Amino acid sequence: MKKSLFSCRFLIILLAAATCLFLPAVGSAHVQQGQATSFFTGISHPWSGMDHILAMVAVGLWGAQLGNPALWVLPVSFPMMMAVGAMMGLLGIPVPGIEIGIAVSALVLGVMILGEVRPPLMVSVVIVGFFAIFHGYAHGTELPPGQSGLLYSMGFVIGTGCLHGVGIAIGFIYRWPSGRLVLRATGAFIGLMGTFFLWQAIV
Amino acid sequence: MKVFGRERAFTAVVVFTCSILFPTAGLAHLVTTGMGPVYDGTVHLLLTPEDLVPVLAIAVYSGLQGREYGRYILFVLPLAWFLGGMVGFFSGQLPALPYASLSFLLFGLLIAINARIPVLVFLSLAAAVGTMHGFFNGQALKTGPGVVGMIGIMVTVFVLVAIISALVSVSSRYWVKMILRVMGSWIAASGLLMTGWFIRGYIT
Repeated sequence: MKKSLFSCRFLIILLAAATCLFLPAVGSAHVQQGQATSFFTGISHPWSGMDHILAMVAVGLWGAQLGNPALWVLPVSFPMMMAVGAMMGLLGIPVPGIEIGIAVSALVLGVMILGEVRPPLMVSVVIVGFFAIFHGYAHGTELPPGQSGLLYSMGFVIGTGCLHGVGIAIGFIYRWPSGRLVLRATGAFIGLMGTFFLWQAIV
Repeated sequence: MKVFGRERAFTAVVVFTCSILFPTAGLAHLVTTGMGPVYDGTVHLLLTPEDLVPVLAIAVYSGLQGREYGRYILFVLPLAWFLGGMVGFFSGQLPALPYASLSFLLFGLLIAINARIPVLVFLSLAAAVGTMHGFFNGQALKTGPGVVGMIGIMVTVFVLVAIISALVSVSSRYWVKMILRVMGSWIAASGLLMTGWFIRGYIT
């Protein structure tokens, strides 16, 4: 019985995949145009710079290392403070040393993971939130012309959240003794990369 | 059981065959769905993230706060939406307002921080959001499906709130609430960004 069900499921998945290949060439599903493009531009934006990727993955890794409730409180606070940073950029409020701030974020978060530092929850939230402002300021204000601000914003925030998710998923290795070592080594790598970015930002 | 499996396979083959007979262009627009004004209203809501996300956010928040919140909002939000739509339908144009941004921000924030506000305050806020969104829906549907389209929207809001709120309120798993709160922060962050875009467009 199980075999029959499995083969049927397999057939359905195969047919669904084949159906996708035959999807209509044009899907005009709404009055506004370029909606999907805006969303995918936004979702891919946080993945466009290695400094951002490392810092955001590091947030997830650190959260996984700290465990509950930091596991989800850090990914909650980061996008909101990032949006605050983006809003500051949009309103033209000057924030000095953006690139340095981004590089230092990777450095500090890397060191936190390397040293398995466990500050009180509020302190870790403040650290993550502070650095999120720099990331938001740098990247949240770059809306390509002709694209939907709403869908770009949603894509941008979801893209950032996915990077935290990647960090959290990798961070689950923390439950094994060897995984802890690997996680700390990852922190060392992120810290080193942060130092490199800092050097690039200063020189 | 074997016959049942064959039936499913047969259904899958039929679905696949029908799918490859799709036209080259898939038009789901209000005018071209051809399903009547009620479904045009439904499609309008489901394809407009500015409206859809606040409905989902309100439903999730009510589910997180318990059944009492869900019971009231089930009727308050669709009615407010419909009444706002009627006002919009019969009134003149309003200047562009960042109403969607504020809805995102308000209910995203409430979900993210899991703030418990009194049920009357929640219902008032939700009614205000529903009326505002409904108003602009009413204006948008003037030239299309009209009042019947607004009924479609109202019914869809009711169904979405009923399903989402019920699913969230019966779920007692910690990780579900955690994920919902993370998503709330995403909605709030999107709202904040959209508010920023609006203000920048206004001052430049």
